[in-house]
Amino acid sequence: MRRAFYGLEVLRGVDFSVAAGRITGLIGPNGAGKTTLFNVVSGLVPPDAGSIRFAGSEIGGLSPDKVSRAGLVRTFQVARGFPKLSVFQHLMLYGRDQPGESLWRAVLGSRAARDREAALAEQAWDIARFLRLDKVIDNQAVALSGGQKKLLEIGRALMAEPKLILLDEPTAGVNPTLRNEIGERLLELPKRGVSILLIEHDMGFIAELCDPVICMAEGRVLAQGSFDSVRADPQVREAYLGRRAA
Amino acid sequence: MLNYLLFIATIGSIYGLLALSLNLIWGGAGMVNLGLAGFFAVGAYASALATTDAHLPIVAGWILALAAGGLAGLVVTLSTTRLREDYLAIVTLGFAEVVRLVAANEVWLTRGTDGISGIPGPWKALLGSDFNAVYLLIVLTILALVFLLMRRIDRSPYGRVLRAIREDAQVAQVAGKPVLRFKAEAFALSAGIAGLAGALYGHFTSYIAPDLFLPLITVYVFLAVAGGGTGRPAGALIGAYLLMVLLESARFLVELVPVISAVQRAALKELIIAVALILVLRLAPGGLLSERVPAAPRLPMEGKS
Repeated sequence: MRRAFYGLEVLRGVDFSVAAGRITGLIGPNGAGKTTLFNVVSGLVPPDAGSIRFAGSEIGGLSPDKVSRAGLVRTFQVARGFPKLSVFQHLMLYGRDQPGESLWRAVLGSRAARDREAALAEQAWDIARFLRLDKVIDNQAVALSGGQKKLLEIGRALMAEPKLILLDEPTAGVNPTLRNEIGERLLELPKRGVSILLIEHDMGFIAELCDPVICMAEGRVLAQGSFDSVRADPQVREAYLGRRAA
Repeated sequence: MLNYLLFIATIGSIYGLLALSLNLIWGGAGMVNLGLAGFFAVGAYASALATTDAHLPIVAGWILALAAGGLAGLVVTLSTTRLREDYLAIVTLGFAEVVRLVAANEVWLTRGTDGISGIPGPWKALLGSDFNAVYLLIVLTILALVFLLMRRIDRSPYGRVLRAIREDAQVAQVAGKPVLRFKAEAFALSAGIAGLAGALYGHFTSYIAPDLFLPLITVYVFLAVAGGGTGRPAGALIGAYLLMVLLESARFLVELVPVISAVQRAALKELIIAVALILVLRLAPGGLLSERVPAAPRLPMEGKS
Protein backbone atom coordinates (compact mmCIF):
# COMPACT_ATOMS: atom_id res chain seq x y z
CA MET A 1 0.00 0.00 0.00
CA ARG A 2 1.49 3.29 -0.98
CA ARG A 3 -0.11 6.66 -0.89
CA ALA A 4 1.21 10.04 -1.86
CA PHE A 5 0.01 13.58 -2.49
CA TYR A 6 1.55 16.56 -4.10
CA GLY A 7 0.61 20.12 -4.64
CA LEU A 8 -2.47 20.68 -2.51
CA GLU A 9 -2.03 24.03 -0.86
CA VAL A 10 -2.19 22.73 2.68
CA LEU A 11 -0.43 19.56 1.64
CA ARG A 12 2.81 20.50 0.01
CA GLY A 13 4.36 17.36 -1.28
CA VAL A 14 3.19 14.91 1.33
CA ASP A 15 4.60 11.55 0.48
CA PHE A 16 4.29 8.54 2.72
CA SER A 17 2.93 5.06 2.82
CA VAL A 18 0.86 3.14 5.32
CA ALA A 19 1.73 -0.47 6.01
CA ALA A 20 -0.97 -3.12 6.07
CA GLY A 21 -1.75 -4.77 9.40
CA ARG A 22 -0.54 -1.85 11.49
CA ILE A 23 -1.79 1.18 13.33
CA THR A 24 0.01 4.15 11.89
CA GLY A 25 -0.13 7.36 13.90
CA LEU A 26 -0.41 10.74 12.22
CA ILE A 27 0.57 13.63 14.47
CA GLY A 28 1.36 17.28 14.00
CA PRO A 29 0.37 20.68 15.36
CA ASN A 30 -3.03 22.18 14.51
CA GLY A 31 -3.15 23.31 10.91
CA ALA A 32 -0.56 20.78 9.82
CA GLY A 33 -2.95 19.44 7.19
CA LYS A 34 -3.83 16.12 8.82
CA THR A 35 -7.57 16.37 8.41
CA THR A 36 -7.16 17.83 4.93
CA LEU A 37 -5.12 14.78 4.10
CA PHE A 38 -8.03 12.62 5.27
CA ASN A 39 -10.45 14.70 3.22
CA VAL A 40 -8.37 14.22 0.10
CA VAL A 41 -7.80 10.50 0.61
CA SER A 42 -11.47 9.84 1.37
CA GLY A 43 -12.53 11.73 -1.75
CA LEU A 44 -14.36 14.63 -0.09
CA VAL A 45 -11.81 17.07 -1.54
CA PRO A 46 -10.20 16.28 -4.88
CA PRO A 47 -6.39 16.44 -4.99
CA ASP A 48 -4.84 19.13 -7.20
CA ALA A 49 -2.03 16.86 -8.23
CA GLY A 50 -0.32 13.72 -7.22
CA SER A 51 -1.44 10.20 -6.76
CA ILE A 52 -3.06 8.13 -4.05
CA ARG A 53 -2.59 4.42 -4.42
CA PHE A 54 -4.60 2.02 -2.34
CA ALA A 55 -4.29 -1.77 -2.47
CA GLY A 56 -2.72 -1.63 -5.89
CA SER A 57 -5.01 0.82 -7.65
CA GLU A 58 -5.22 4.57 -8.03
CA ILE A 59 -7.98 6.13 -5.92
CA GLY A 60 -6.98 9.81 -6.20
CA GLY A 61 -9.99 11.88 -7.30
CA LEU A 62 -12.54 9.11 -6.90
CA SER A 63 -15.85 10.08 -5.31
CA PRO A 64 -16.19 9.28 -1.59
CA ASP A 65 -18.61 6.39 -2.16
CA LYS A 66 -16.18 4.69 -4.55
CA VAL A 67 -13.28 5.16 -2.14
CA SER A 68 -15.40 3.66 0.60
CA ARG A 69 -16.43 0.68 -1.50
CA ALA A 70 -12.77 0.12 -2.38
CA GLY A 71 -12.24 -0.65 1.31
CA LEU A 72 -11.05 2.67 2.73
CA VAL A 73 -13.42 4.20 5.26
CA ARG A 74 -12.92 7.31 7.36
CA THR A 75 -14.38 8.73 10.54
CA PHE A 76 -14.83 12.37 11.45
CA GLN A 77 -13.10 14.47 14.09
CA VAL A 78 -16.38 15.90 15.32
CA ALA A 79 -18.70 12.89 15.23
CA ARG A 80 -20.92 13.32 12.19
CA GLY A 81 -23.75 11.21 11.06
CA PHE A 82 -27.44 10.73 11.11
CA PRO A 83 -28.91 12.04 14.39
CA LYS A 84 -32.34 10.49 13.89
CA LEU A 85 -31.09 7.05 12.93
CA SER A 86 -30.54 4.47 15.65
CA VAL A 87 -27.20 2.89 16.40
CA PHE A 88 -28.45 -0.24 14.66
CA GLN A 89 -29.49 1.68 11.55
CA HIS A 90 -26.09 3.37 11.42
CA LEU A 91 -24.36 0.03 11.53
CA MET A 92 -26.67 -1.55 8.95
CA LEU A 93 -26.28 1.41 6.64
CA TYR A 94 -22.53 0.92 6.43
CA GLY A 95 -22.89 -2.75 5.50
CA ARG A 96 -21.28 -3.75 2.22
CA ASP A 97 -23.00 -5.11 -0.88
CA GLN A 98 -26.65 -4.66 -0.03
CA PRO A 99 -29.02 -5.99 -2.70
CA GLY A 100 -31.88 -4.33 -0.80
CA GLU A 101 -30.50 -0.96 -1.79
CA SER A 102 -31.78 -1.45 -5.31
CA LEU A 103 -35.12 0.29 -5.76
CA TRP A 104 -36.63 -2.69 -7.58
CA ARG A 105 -35.58 -5.16 -4.95
CA ALA A 106 -36.84 -2.81 -2.23
CA VAL A 107 -40.22 -2.64 -3.92
CA LEU A 108 -40.60 -6.25 -5.00
CA GLY A 109 -38.82 -7.77 -2.05
CA SER A 110 -36.12 -10.31 -2.74
CA ARG A 111 -34.71 -13.29 -1.00
CA ALA A 112 -31.15 -12.06 -1.58
CA ALA A 113 -32.00 -8.77 0.11
CA ARG A 114 -33.61 -10.47 3.11
CA ASP A 115 -30.71 -12.89 3.54
CA ARG A 116 -28.14 -10.14 3.32
CA GLU A 117 -30.12 -8.05 5.80
CA ALA A 118 -30.14 -10.94 8.27
CA ALA A 119 -26.41 -11.52 7.85
CA LEU A 120 -25.70 -7.82 8.34
CA ALA A 121 -27.91 -7.73 11.44
CA GLU A 122 -25.76 -10.44 12.97
CA GLN A 123 -22.62 -8.56 12.05
CA ALA A 124 -24.08 -5.36 13.51
CA TRP A 125 -24.80 -7.08 16.81
CA ASP A 126 -21.26 -8.48 16.91
CA ILE A 127 -19.76 -5.06 16.38
CA ALA A 128 -22.14 -3.45 18.85
CA ARG A 129 -21.07 -5.96 21.49
CA PHE A 130 -17.41 -5.54 20.59
CA LEU A 131 -17.71 -1.77 21.14
CA ARG A 132 -20.14 -2.10 24.10
CA LEU A 133 -22.88 -0.37 22.15
CA ASP A 134 -25.31 -3.28 22.39
CA LYS A 135 -27.16 -1.71 25.34
CA VAL A 136 -27.95 1.40 23.30
CA ILE A 137 -28.43 -0.29 19.94
CA ASP A 138 -31.96 1.07 19.50
CA ASN A 139 -31.13 4.60 20.66
CA GLN A 140 -31.05 7.38 18.15
CA ALA A 141 -27.56 8.75 17.59
CA VAL A 142 -28.64 12.14 18.91
CA ALA A 143 -29.21 10.55 22.35
CA LEU A 144 -25.71 9.05 22.62
CA SER A 145 -22.94 10.48 24.79
CA GLY A 146 -19.90 12.00 23.11
CA GLY A 147 -17.85 8.90 23.76
CA GLN A 148 -20.53 6.58 22.44
CA LYS A 149 -20.74 8.66 19.28
CA LYS A 150 -17.02 8.14 18.80
CA LEU A 151 -17.44 4.41 19.29
CA LEU A 152 -20.31 4.40 16.82
CA GLU A 153 -18.07 6.13 14.28
CA ILE A 154 -15.58 3.30 14.66
CA GLY A 155 -18.30 0.66 14.66
CA ARG A 156 -20.01 1.77 11.51
CA ALA A 157 -16.66 2.05 9.74
CA LEU A 158 -16.00 -1.57 10.74
CA MET A 159 -19.35 -2.62 9.27
CA ALA A 160 -18.03 -1.63 5.86
CA GLU A 161 -15.38 -4.36 6.29
CA PRO A 162 -12.62 -1.95 5.34
CA LYS A 163 -9.01 -2.78 4.67
CA LEU A 164 -7.99 0.59 6.08
CA ILE A 165 -9.76 2.96 8.46
CA LEU A 166 -8.82 6.61 8.71
CA LEU A 167 -9.59 7.58 12.30
CA ASP A 168 -9.74 11.29 13.00
CA GLU A 169 -9.11 11.88 16.72
CA PRO A 170 -11.07 8.94 18.11
CA THR A 171 -10.50 10.05 21.72
CA ALA A 172 -11.21 13.78 21.43
CA GLY A 173 -13.70 14.67 24.16
CA VAL A 174 -13.72 11.16 25.57
CA ASN A 175 -13.18 10.42 29.27
CA PRO A 176 -9.98 8.53 30.26
CA THR A 177 -11.70 5.22 31.04
CA LEU A 178 -13.47 5.13 27.70
CA ARG A 179 -10.30 6.35 26.02
CA ASN A 180 -8.45 3.28 27.30
CA GLU A 181 -11.31 1.10 26.18
CA ILE A 182 -11.22 2.58 22.67
CA GLY A 183 -7.46 1.97 22.64
CA GLU A 184 -7.93 -1.68 23.60
CA ARG A 185 -10.52 -2.17 20.88
CA LEU A 186 -8.34 -0.52 18.27
CA LEU A 187 -5.38 -2.76 19.13
CA GLU A 188 -7.50 -5.77 18.23
CA LEU A 189 -8.33 -4.51 14.75
CA PRO A 190 -5.06 -5.34 12.95
CA LYS A 191 -5.63 -8.95 14.02
CA ARG A 192 -8.95 -8.79 12.19
CA GLY A 193 -7.17 -7.63 9.06
CA VAL A 194 -8.00 -3.96 9.45
CA SER A 195 -5.20 -1.41 9.17
CA ILE A 196 -5.55 2.00 10.75
CA LEU A 197 -4.25 5.46 10.08
CA LEU A 198 -4.90 7.47 13.21
CA ILE A 199 -4.87 11.21 13.82
CA GLU A 200 -4.49 12.00 17.50
CA HIS A 201 -3.26 14.77 19.76
CA ASP A 202 -3.03 12.55 22.81
CA MET A 203 0.66 11.54 22.75
CA GLY A 204 0.20 8.85 25.38
CA PHE A 205 -2.45 7.24 23.21
CA ILE A 206 -0.18 7.43 20.16
CA ALA A 207 2.74 5.92 22.08
CA GLU A 208 0.59 3.02 23.27
CA LEU A 209 -0.97 2.17 19.92
CA CYS A 210 0.98 3.37 16.96
CA ASP A 211 3.96 2.07 15.15
CA PRO A 212 5.09 3.74 12.98
CA VAL A 213 4.28 7.38 13.61
CA ILE A 214 4.29 10.12 10.99
CA CYS A 215 4.65 13.75 11.99
CA MET A 216 3.33 16.49 9.72
CA ALA A 217 3.67 20.25 9.95
CA GLU A 218 2.63 22.97 7.51
CA GLY A 219 1.57 20.48 4.91
CA ARG A 220 4.75 18.44 4.90
CA VAL A 221 5.94 15.23 6.45
CA LEU A 222 8.63 16.15 8.97
CA ALA A 223 9.58 12.73 10.19
CA GLN A 224 8.42 9.15 10.29
CA GLY A 225 9.47 6.07 12.19
CA SER A 226 8.89 4.68 15.64
CA PHE A 227 7.27 6.98 18.19
CA ASP A 228 10.54 7.41 20.07
CA SER A 229 12.56 8.26 16.98
CA VAL A 230 9.94 10.75 15.82
CA ARG A 231 9.80 12.28 19.27
CA ALA A 232 13.59 12.58 19.28
CA ASP A 233 13.67 14.32 15.90
CA PRO A 234 14.81 17.92 16.42
CA GLN A 235 12.55 19.24 13.64
CA VAL A 236 9.54 17.60 15.25
CA ARG A 237 10.50 18.99 18.63
CA GLU A 238 10.72 22.45 17.21
CA ALA A 239 7.46 22.27 15.27
CA TYR A 240 5.39 20.57 17.85
CA LEU A 241 6.54 18.80 20.95
CA GLY A 242 9.23 21.32 21.79
CA ARG A 243 6.85 24.22 21.50
CA ARG A 244 4.43 22.37 23.75
CA ALA A 245 7.05 21.52 26.33
CA ALA A 246 8.27 25.11 26.49
CA MET B 1 -74.82 15.42 -0.24
CA LEU B 2 -73.56 11.93 -1.03
CA ASN B 3 -72.11 13.15 -4.28
CA TYR B 4 -70.37 15.96 -2.43
CA LEU B 5 -68.82 13.50 0.02
CA LEU B 6 -67.72 11.21 -2.81
CA PHE B 7 -66.16 14.20 -4.55
CA ILE B 8 -64.32 15.28 -1.41
CA ALA B 9 -63.14 11.73 -0.73
CA THR B 10 -61.81 11.39 -4.28
CA ILE B 11 -59.99 14.71 -4.23
CA GLY B 12 -58.69 13.86 -0.74
CA SER B 13 -57.33 10.57 -2.06
CA ILE B 14 -55.63 12.35 -4.94
CA TYR B 15 -54.06 14.66 -2.37
CA GLY B 16 -53.11 11.46 -0.57
CA LEU B 17 -51.13 10.36 -3.62
CA LEU B 18 -49.42 13.74 -3.79
CA ALA B 19 -48.61 13.56 -0.08
CA LEU B 20 -47.08 10.09 -0.50
CA SER B 21 -45.12 11.42 -3.44
CA LEU B 22 -43.76 14.35 -1.44
CA ASN B 23 -43.10 12.23 1.63
CA LEU B 24 -40.88 9.86 -0.34
CA ILE B 25 -38.40 12.60 -1.21
CA TRP B 26 -38.97 15.23 1.47
CA GLY B 27 -39.59 13.02 4.49
CA GLY B 28 -37.42 10.28 3.05
CA ALA B 29 -34.43 11.97 1.47
CA GLY B 30 -34.80 15.58 2.61
CA MET B 31 -35.22 16.89 -0.94
CA VAL B 32 -37.56 19.85 -1.22
CA ASN B 33 -39.82 19.82 -4.27
CA LEU B 34 -41.62 23.15 -4.54
CA GLY B 35 -42.80 22.20 -8.01
CA LEU B 36 -45.09 19.35 -7.11
CA ALA B 37 -47.97 21.11 -8.86
CA GLY B 38 -45.86 21.11 -12.03
CA PHE B 39 -45.39 17.34 -12.04
CA PHE B 40 -49.07 16.99 -11.19
CA ALA B 41 -49.86 19.12 -14.27
CA VAL B 42 -47.45 17.20 -16.52
CA GLY B 43 -49.27 13.97 -15.69
CA ALA B 44 -52.70 15.53 -16.07
CA TYR B 45 -51.87 16.94 -19.50
CA ALA B 46 -50.07 13.81 -20.70
CA SER B 47 -53.03 11.61 -19.91
CA ALA B 48 -55.64 14.11 -21.11
CA LEU B 49 -53.93 14.56 -24.49
CA ALA B 50 -53.31 10.84 -24.89
CA THR B 51 -56.96 9.96 -24.31
CA THR B 52 -58.60 12.84 -26.21
CA ASP B 53 -56.39 13.79 -29.16
CA ALA B 54 -54.64 10.44 -29.50
CA HIS B 55 -57.69 8.32 -28.51
CA LEU B 56 -55.66 5.95 -26.38
CA PRO B 57 -57.37 3.91 -23.67
CA ILE B 58 -57.54 5.56 -20.25
CA VAL B 59 -55.16 3.07 -18.63
CA ALA B 60 -52.56 3.89 -21.29
CA GLY B 61 -53.01 7.56 -20.43
CA TRP B 62 -52.36 6.84 -16.76
CA ILE B 63 -49.23 4.85 -17.50
CA LEU B 64 -48.10 7.64 -19.78
CA ALA B 65 -48.73 10.17 -16.99
CA LEU B 66 -46.60 8.13 -14.60
CA ALA B 67 -43.81 7.95 -17.16
CA ALA B 68 -44.04 11.62 -18.12
CA GLY B 69 -43.91 12.73 -14.48
CA GLY B 70 -40.97 10.42 -13.80
CA LEU B 71 -39.08 11.63 -16.84
CA ALA B 72 -39.66 15.27 -15.92
CA GLY B 73 -38.45 14.47 -12.39
CA LEU B 74 -35.32 12.82 -13.72
CA VAL B 75 -34.53 15.80 -15.94
CA VAL B 76 -35.03 18.24 -13.06
CA THR B 77 -32.81 16.35 -10.57
CA LEU B 78 -30.08 15.59 -13.05
CA SER B 79 -29.97 19.22 -14.17
CA THR B 80 -29.41 20.37 -10.58
CA THR B 81 -26.66 17.95 -9.59
CA ARG B 82 -23.98 20.57 -9.89
CA LEU B 83 -25.90 23.03 -7.70
CA ARG B 84 -26.06 23.14 -3.94
CA GLU B 85 -28.94 21.22 -2.40
CA ASP B 86 -31.15 24.24 -1.63
CA TYR B 87 -31.20 25.13 -5.30
CA LEU B 88 -33.25 22.07 -6.10
CA ALA B 89 -36.15 23.79 -4.33
CA ILE B 90 -35.77 26.89 -6.46
CA VAL B 91 -35.38 24.97 -9.70
CA THR B 92 -38.50 22.91 -8.99
CA LEU B 93 -40.43 26.07 -8.18
CA GLY B 94 -39.37 27.46 -11.54
CA PHE B 95 -40.19 24.19 -13.25
CA ALA B 96 -43.81 24.30 -12.06
CA GLU B 97 -44.20 27.85 -13.34
CA VAL B 98 -42.69 26.90 -16.69
CA VAL B 99 -45.13 24.01 -17.01
CA ARG B 100 -48.03 26.33 -16.26
CA LEU B 101 -46.83 28.94 -18.76
CA VAL B 102 -46.28 26.33 -21.46
CA ALA B 103 -49.76 24.96 -20.82
CA ALA B 104 -51.20 28.48 -21.07
CA ASN B 105 -49.32 29.53 -24.21
CA GLU B 106 -48.64 26.50 -26.41
CA VAL B 107 -52.20 26.56 -27.69
CA TRP B 108 -51.55 24.06 -30.53
CA LEU B 109 -50.77 21.38 -27.94
CA THR B 110 -52.61 22.27 -24.76
CA ARG B 111 -55.41 24.49 -26.06
CA GLY B 112 -54.02 27.28 -23.89
CA THR B 113 -56.07 28.86 -21.15
CA ASP B 114 -59.25 27.30 -22.54
CA GLY B 115 -58.01 24.05 -21.11
CA ILE B 116 -58.86 20.55 -22.24
CA SER B 117 -62.44 19.45 -21.73
CA GLY B 118 -64.18 16.17 -22.41
CA ILE B 119 -61.48 14.03 -20.83
CA PRO B 120 -63.08 10.60 -20.70
CA GLY B 121 -63.83 8.88 -17.39
CA PRO B 122 -63.75 5.08 -17.18
CA TRP B 123 -67.18 3.59 -18.10
CA LYS B 124 -68.68 7.01 -17.47
CA ALA B 125 -71.65 6.66 -19.87
CA LEU B 126 -72.39 3.18 -18.62
CA LEU B 127 -72.25 4.05 -14.93
CA GLY B 128 -74.19 7.27 -15.06
CA SER B 129 -74.71 8.57 -11.55
CA ASP B 130 -72.67 5.74 -10.05
CA PHE B 131 -69.55 7.05 -11.75
CA ASN B 132 -68.33 9.01 -8.72
CA ALA B 133 -68.55 6.01 -6.42
CA VAL B 134 -66.79 3.67 -8.85
CA TYR B 135 -64.11 6.24 -9.59
CA LEU B 136 -63.48 6.70 -5.88
CA LEU B 137 -62.93 2.94 -5.61
CA ILE B 138 -60.46 3.04 -8.49
CA VAL B 139 -58.56 5.93 -6.89
CA LEU B 140 -58.58 4.23 -3.49
CA THR B 141 -57.19 1.03 -5.03
CA ILE B 142 -54.36 2.90 -6.68
CA LEU B 143 -53.74 4.86 -3.47
CA ALA B 144 -53.58 1.63 -1.47
CA LEU B 145 -51.08 0.15 -3.92
CA VAL B 146 -48.89 3.23 -3.83
CA PHE B 147 -49.14 3.32 -0.04
CA LEU B 148 -47.97 -0.30 0.26
CA LEU B 149 -45.16 0.44 -2.16
CA MET B 150 -44.05 3.45 -0.13
CA ARG B 151 -44.21 1.52 3.11
CA ARG B 152 -42.05 -1.21 1.61
CA ILE B 153 -39.49 1.34 0.49
CA ASP B 154 -39.68 3.06 3.87
CA ARG B 155 -38.77 -0.16 5.68
CA SER B 156 -36.19 -1.42 3.20
CA PRO B 157 -32.43 -0.87 3.09
CA TYR B 158 -33.24 1.54 0.25
CA GLY B 159 -35.30 3.69 2.59
CA ARG B 160 -32.52 3.56 5.15
CA VAL B 161 -30.12 5.03 2.63
CA LEU B 162 -32.62 7.78 1.75
CA ARG B 163 -32.89 8.68 5.45
CA ALA B 164 -29.13 8.81 5.75
CA ILE B 165 -29.00 11.14 2.74
CA ARG B 166 -31.60 13.35 4.41
CA GLU B 167 -29.51 13.65 7.56
CA ASP B 168 -26.09 14.10 5.96
CA ALA B 169 -25.55 13.37 2.28
CA GLN B 170 -21.78 13.65 2.57
CA VAL B 171 -21.51 11.07 5.33
CA ALA B 172 -23.87 8.83 3.35
CA GLN B 173 -21.36 9.03 0.54
CA VAL B 174 -18.54 8.18 2.92
CA ALA B 175 -20.65 5.16 3.89
CA GLY B 176 -20.26 4.02 0.29
CA LYS B 177 -23.64 5.05 -1.08
CA PRO B 178 -23.87 6.58 -4.57
CA VAL B 179 -26.00 9.47 -3.34
CA LEU B 180 -26.83 10.89 -6.75
CA ARG B 181 -28.29 7.60 -7.97
CA PHE B 182 -30.53 7.34 -4.93
CA LYS B 183 -31.69 10.95 -5.19
CA ALA B 184 -32.43 10.74 -8.91
CA GLU B 185 -34.34 7.46 -8.58
CA ALA B 186 -36.39 8.60 -5.61
CA PHE B 187 -37.17 11.95 -7.17
CA ALA B 188 -38.21 10.38 -10.46
CA LEU B 189 -40.47 7.89 -8.71
CA SER B 190 -41.97 10.67 -6.60
CA ALA B 191 -42.56 12.85 -9.65
CA GLY B 192 -44.10 9.89 -11.48
CA ILE B 193 -46.61 9.39 -8.66
CA ALA B 194 -47.45 13.10 -8.76
CA GLY B 195 -48.00 12.73 -12.52
CA LEU B 196 -50.30 9.77 -11.97
CA ALA B 197 -52.23 11.80 -9.40
CA GLY B 198 -52.65 14.52 -12.02
CA ALA B 199 -54.04 12.04 -14.52
CA LEU B 200 -56.50 10.67 -11.96
CA TYR B 201 -57.62 14.22 -11.28
CA GLY B 202 -58.17 15.04 -14.96
CA HIS B 203 -60.19 11.93 -15.73
CA PHE B 204 -62.31 12.57 -12.65
CA THR B 205 -63.29 16.18 -13.34
CA SER B 206 -63.06 15.70 -17.16
CA TYR B 207 -61.56 19.18 -17.48
CA ILE B 208 -58.08 20.61 -16.89
CA ALA B 209 -56.67 24.09 -17.45
CA PRO B 210 -53.44 25.88 -16.49
CA ASP B 211 -55.24 27.75 -13.69
CA LEU B 212 -55.88 24.51 -11.84
CA PHE B 213 -52.19 23.90 -11.25
CA LEU B 214 -51.23 26.88 -9.11
CA PRO B 215 -48.30 26.68 -6.67
CA LEU B 216 -50.90 26.72 -3.90
CA ILE B 217 -51.43 22.98 -4.48
CA THR B 218 -47.80 22.37 -3.56
CA VAL B 219 -48.24 24.38 -0.36
CA TYR B 220 -51.32 22.31 0.52
CA VAL B 221 -49.38 19.09 0.08
CA PHE B 222 -46.53 20.38 2.25
CA LEU B 223 -49.11 21.20 4.90
CA ALA B 224 -50.55 17.68 4.63
CA VAL B 225 -47.17 15.96 4.98
CA ALA B 226 -45.90 18.27 7.73
CA GLY B 227 -49.14 17.87 9.68
CA GLY B 228 -49.43 14.12 9.25
CA GLY B 229 -45.83 13.35 9.98
CA THR B 230 -42.79 13.57 7.74
CA GLY B 231 -40.89 10.41 7.08
CA ARG B 232 -43.86 8.12 7.50
CA PRO B 233 -46.21 7.13 4.65
CA ALA B 234 -49.18 6.60 6.98
CA GLY B 235 -48.65 10.09 8.39
CA ALA B 236 -48.63 11.64 4.94
CA LEU B 237 -51.87 9.86 4.09
CA ILE B 238 -53.66 10.94 7.27
CA GLY B 239 -52.35 14.45 6.71
CA ALA B 240 -53.86 14.53 3.22
CA TYR B 241 -57.35 13.66 4.46
CA LEU B 242 -57.08 16.10 7.37
CA LEU B 243 -56.04 18.74 4.86
CA MET B 244 -59.15 18.03 2.84
CA VAL B 245 -61.31 18.42 5.96
CA LEU B 246 -59.53 21.66 6.78
CA LEU B 247 -59.90 23.03 3.24
CA GLU B 248 -63.60 22.24 3.10
CA SER B 249 -64.40 23.48 6.59
CA ALA B 250 -62.47 26.66 5.86
CA ARG B 251 -64.70 27.09 2.83
CA PHE B 252 -67.85 26.80 4.95
CA LEU B 253 -66.36 28.92 7.69
CA VAL B 254 -65.61 31.89 5.45
CA GLU B 255 -69.16 31.73 4.09
CA LEU B 256 -70.31 32.59 7.59
CA VAL B 257 -68.26 35.77 7.71
CA PRO B 258 -70.60 38.65 6.89
CA VAL B 259 -69.95 41.83 4.88
CA ILE B 260 -66.78 40.79 3.01
CA SER B 261 -66.83 40.15 -0.74
CA ALA B 262 -66.32 36.82 -2.51
CA VAL B 263 -62.73 37.71 -3.42
CA GLN B 264 -62.00 38.58 0.19
CA ARG B 265 -63.58 35.28 1.27
CA ALA B 266 -61.22 33.37 -1.03
CA ALA B 267 -58.28 35.29 0.38
CA LEU B 268 -59.45 34.61 3.93
CA LYS B 269 -59.58 30.91 3.16
CA GLU B 270 -55.99 30.97 2.02
CA LEU B 271 -55.08 32.90 5.14
CA ILE B 272 -56.60 30.16 7.30
CA ILE B 273 -54.55 27.54 5.45
CA ALA B 274 -51.37 29.60 5.85
CA VAL B 275 -51.96 30.03 9.58
CA ALA B 276 -52.59 26.29 9.87
CA LEU B 277 -49.25 25.54 8.18
CA ILE B 278 -47.40 27.94 10.50
CA LEU B 279 -49.11 26.47 13.56
CA VAL B 280 -48.24 22.91 12.53
CA LEU B 281 -44.60 23.75 11.89
CA ARG B 282 -44.42 25.69 15.15
CA LEU B 283 -46.32 23.43 17.51
CA ALA B 284 -45.88 19.96 16.05
CA PRO B 285 -42.78 19.98 13.88
CA GLY B 286 -42.78 16.18 13.74
CA GLY B 287 -46.42 15.98 12.71
CA LEU B 288 -49.11 13.68 14.10
CA LEU B 289 -47.26 10.43 13.53
CA SER B 290 -43.58 10.67 14.32
CA GLU B 291 -40.97 8.76 12.42
CA ARG B 292 -40.50 5.12 13.34
CA VAL B 293 -37.10 4.05 14.56
CA PRO B 294 -37.13 0.33 13.82
CA ALA B 295 -35.78 -1.80 16.66
CA ALA B 296 -32.85 -4.07 15.95
CA PRO B 297 -33.95 -7.66 15.49
CA ARG B 298 -33.07 -9.69 18.58
CA LEU B 299 -30.93 -12.57 17.43
CA PRO B 300 -30.43 -15.76 19.36
CA MET B 301 -27.26 -14.80 21.20
CA GLU B 302 -25.35 -18.06 21.31
CA GLY B 303 -28.02 -20.14 19.64
CA LYS B 304 -26.23 -20.99 16.41
CA SER B 305 -24.82 -24.47 16.09
